[in-house]
Amino acid sequence: MSETTALGLSARTGGVMVAFTVVFTAVMAFTYDATRDQIQASATEEKMKLISEVLPGAAYDNALLDDYVQLGPTRELGLDEGGRVYRARKAGQPAALLLETTAPDGYSGRIDLIVAINADGSVSGVRAVNHRETPGLGDYIDPRKDRDKKSPWIAQFSDLKAADVPACKVKKDGGQITYHTGATISARAVTNAVGRAARFAADNQNRLFAAKSGGPL
Amino acid sequence: MDFQAHKEIAWNGIWKQNTGVVQILGLCPILAISTNVVNAVSLGLATILVMALANLAISALRNFIPYEIRIPVFILIIAALVTVVDLAFNAYLHELYLVLGIFIPLIVTNCIVLARVEAFAAKNEPAHSTTDGIAMGVGLTLVLAVLGAMREIVGSGTLFSGIEMIFPGTEGLTLFGDNYPGFLVAILPPGAFIALGFLIAGRNWIEARKQARARANPPASGAPQASVEPSAPAEAA
Repeated sequence: MSETTALGLSARTGGVMVAFTVVFTAVMAFTYDATRDQIQASATEEKMKLISEVLPGAAYDNALLDDYVQLGPTRELGLDEGGRVYRARKAGQPAALLLETTAPDGYSGRIDLIVAINADGSVSGVRAVNHRETPGLGDYIDPRKDRDKKSPWIAQFSDLKAADVPACKVKKDGGQITYHTGATISARAVTNAVGRAARFAADNQNRLFAAKSGGPL
Repeated sequence: MDFQAHKEIAWNGIWKQNTGVVQILGLCPILAISTNVVNAVSLGLATILVMALANLAISALRNFIPYEIRIPVFILIIAALVTVVDLAFNAYLHELYLVLGIFIPLIVTNCIVLARVEAFAAKNEPAHSTTDGIAMGVGLTLVLAVLGAMREIVGSGTLFSGIEMIFPGTEGLTLFGDNYPGFLVAILPPGAFIALGFLIAGRNWIEARKQARARANPPASGAPQASVEPSAPAEAA
């Protein structure tokens, strides 16, 4: 007798659980579907805003987001799963490369960066896209979190000429990039990643600009 | 009277059963987020929204949820609600989402949501449950705000830094000049424990004084002061 009740109870609760799962999965699926286009539009706008911070809009005249090279896993850029290099052109001539790159050695894991390198090899700008550096300590790599709003730490990279790229190291390592005492690791990770990206761009510039749009290098 | 019941629930959530300093629940976000006021209050506001929705939904559905599997169903509902809030914020309030976005998924891990659902919403009617969710969220937000302010002032020497992300044109305050060296411990998780300890001690001190005063001046019979002694929490019913 008790076995049938236990079985009945299991069947009943199992049925209820399935019903709840189906209903709430449907709610989530419906919300996802209803918001997808809007979210995608926001993401594109967000990306363009970020790009405008590292590369002034006057520097190029092509449809930047549609003109890219799809890289496979690339050690020089810290990309385990590949990433994109966007190509900015002005009047058809190479103007700058925007590289998605990752600093694998942040204080709390990876720091995803976007680095803009001008065609002459100088650094146009750098932004941290994704990071988990300690709030209030290492997160000054993100200018929105940097307490110095007038000259945020990350702006230093915009002054780097092509000849300065070998010195793209923190001062502690013999370079010219300053950092905040007590939070060297975050700064060093970003600095080294920018240096690697700048060298990668310089070494591969012609191939990157010649590659078919949307295709591999 | 119903208004009285709502008031009782609100007071319960904000002071008597405050999640941060009395129940000591939901420490994960408290430790992680309370490094400055703006982050702390942002997470608090998102939590209020989710707690009110979760309490409302589960209270409304409570008669359909078998007792044996209530916890998985609660978690399912909370996770679904958080996902919906996350997507809706991302789509329709994108500016705010850029600030709150990283905190919203964290709310699922906040045991206070599940705790209120289990202790209150599963046993009470929807209107009271919603009030309870909001009040508990407000209580948590207050603790987060004070904790965030303490840690931000001591740790970084600033207040309201990052507020320009929520109200463009405003600016955070720098309290001790640009050369304040910062006090690292306050920013790191141990600082959160220490500051929270001070808050708990402060609340206990106020309560102890209140009770000592109530003992020293025993209320005249029938005087309204009799309610100073905490009555049984509503959820014990």
